[in-house]
Amino acid sequence: MGILIFAETYKGEFKKDSYELASYAYEIASEKGSSVTAICFNAVNPESLSNYGVNKIINCSNEELKDFDVTIYSDCISETFALENSNILILSSSSNSKYLGGVLAIKLNAGYATNVISKPSFSNGLSLRRNTFTNKAFENVNILTENSIIGLSKNSFGLKEKNVKSEIEDKKFDIGSAANKVTSIEKMSSKVTIADADIVVSGGRGLKGPENWNLIEDLAEVLGAATACSKPVSDLGWRPHSEHVGQTGKPVSSNLYIAIGISGAIQHLAGVNSSKTKVVINTDPDAPFFKAADYGIVGDAFDVVPKLIQKLKDFKSTNN
Amino acid sequence: MKILVCISHVPDTTSKINFTENNSKFDKNGVQFIINPNDEFGLTRAIWFKEKNNASVDVINVGLQETEPTLRKALAIGADKAIRINIEPTDSSVVAKSISDYISDNNYDLIIAGRESIDYNGGMVPGMISALTKINFIDKCIDLNISENSVLASREIDGGMENISTSLPLIIGGQKGLVEENDLKIPNMRGIMMARKKELLVLDPGDYTDTLKTDNFEKPEPKGEVTLVSPDEVEKLIELLNNEAKAI
Repeated sequence: MGILIFAETYKGEFKKDSYELASYAYEIASEKGSSVTAICFNAVNPESLSNYGVNKIINCSNEELKDFDVTIYSDCISETFALENSNILILSSSSNSKYLGGVLAIKLNAGYATNVISKPSFSNGLSLRRNTFTNKAFENVNILTENSIIGLSKNSFGLKEKNVKSEIEDKKFDIGSAANKVTSIEKMSSKVTIADADIVVSGGRGLKGPENWNLIEDLAEVLGAATACSKPVSDLGWRPHSEHVGQTGKPVSSNLYIAIGISGAIQHLAGVNSSKTKVVINTDPDAPFFKAADYGIVGDAFDVVPKLIQKLKDFKSTNN
Repeated sequence: MKILVCISHVPDTTSKINFTENNSKFDKNGVQFIINPNDEFGLTRAIWFKEKNNASVDVINVGLQETEPTLRKALAIGADKAIRINIEPTDSSVVAKSISDYISDNNYDLIIAGRESIDYNGGMVPGMISALTKINFIDKCIDLNISENSVLASREIDGGMENISTSLPLIIGGQKGLVEENDLKIPNMRGIMMARKKELLVLDPGDYTDTLKTDNFEKPEPKGEVTLVSPDEVEKLIELLNNEAKAI
């Protein structure tokens, strides 16, 4: 058995997801007496994966691979999968990895399970537990094919350091030209993205208007969090659509989700339910979010949030 | 321009989720079904191309007869023709292969599928169709403009967006942003009447093997009571988040 992970980079540095995939793969490999190989593109510090149990790191460093391209990347990954005699490919839940997943499932003739939250069990083929029905249920699913692709849900396994000896191979691929030309990339001004954030601070209609969003932004800044919003807020144009989280917006699976002035419609809860700890601040004690949250404050955001920001600043200055 | 929109027939977003047959199947009893929201954004953009660029719009679903009201709704919104591949979809690859075979026999310039369905959340059908048909693919598409054969599109990436120039034929994974929520169309009486007369073609499925099998579904344990903190003691919330939840 061979395990290949696709370790994503951003500006050459590995994303945190990549170390989580490596930790997850290492545990499977050590149980099965196998080893972990990683493929990455233009990584500046490929050796860092050896801190998380990766034995072989294949770094593809053509200049043409600078921009993500689904066809070229999936060709490089499937070629490596075959060369390394792999039979399990592990992907993250990032936009690019999900973009690749369906394409690779066909190229590798592999069963592909997404939103996976467990290690595989090998007692009956390869079975996995995954989130489904937008976090309203779990599915225990069997992969029936010889090759498997596991799409690991973010934050479902965590990071586990494991120093191993590793071999780094600098590889050049013979690649064609991209059918999709990237003309420009627009990055959001906020420092932390919803997809990568450990903490997300989210605002709803209870904030009464876009002019009050400094409350959300200030709280997010103290916590090093990403900012998000409910669907009505993005529909009203108070905040950009890219901040909308929920069933038809972005999914959130952060360690901490703080909902301010959000009542908690079923569609919103579905999108954020896989976050580990949920906090709600709302004036209405009957808001449905209180049933889904771990901690709650029944109170006015305009009163509670500034106090919370101040106390968090005090906390951070004494604890850092 | 010939457009094909893939339609998934999914439980309404507010549905209670229950399972039946030893928790191996979704319980459809009393559930209202709708066009998958990610597909509806794509369908609405397709109808826009029909009105502005004189495109033709077909819709396709892989499912049993029970999905026909959902296809009729797509026709009432403005699609010209519906195709149903008559098989219960138990596996995303079967859906993708069924649709790809139909595409291979009937050339399309643009194929739109939602980036994922809100029921099983596989999120792999558009990518699979692209690999099967070897048609170029843009996932999580949030803006799509076409003139003649050239395409300008935007794709959502983590923390921003990427602007792309490409050409037809093309497959996109659609979502909100292709059109806005307010642009979604509610079928009017005339649309509903016309939809009854439009063609709904039922085709037999090919012979495909499943790649995945559901053992069973489980519902999450009921959540414990929320721990309430007084608005005058926010420091207590910080302490709980730090010591109990270990979240900050």
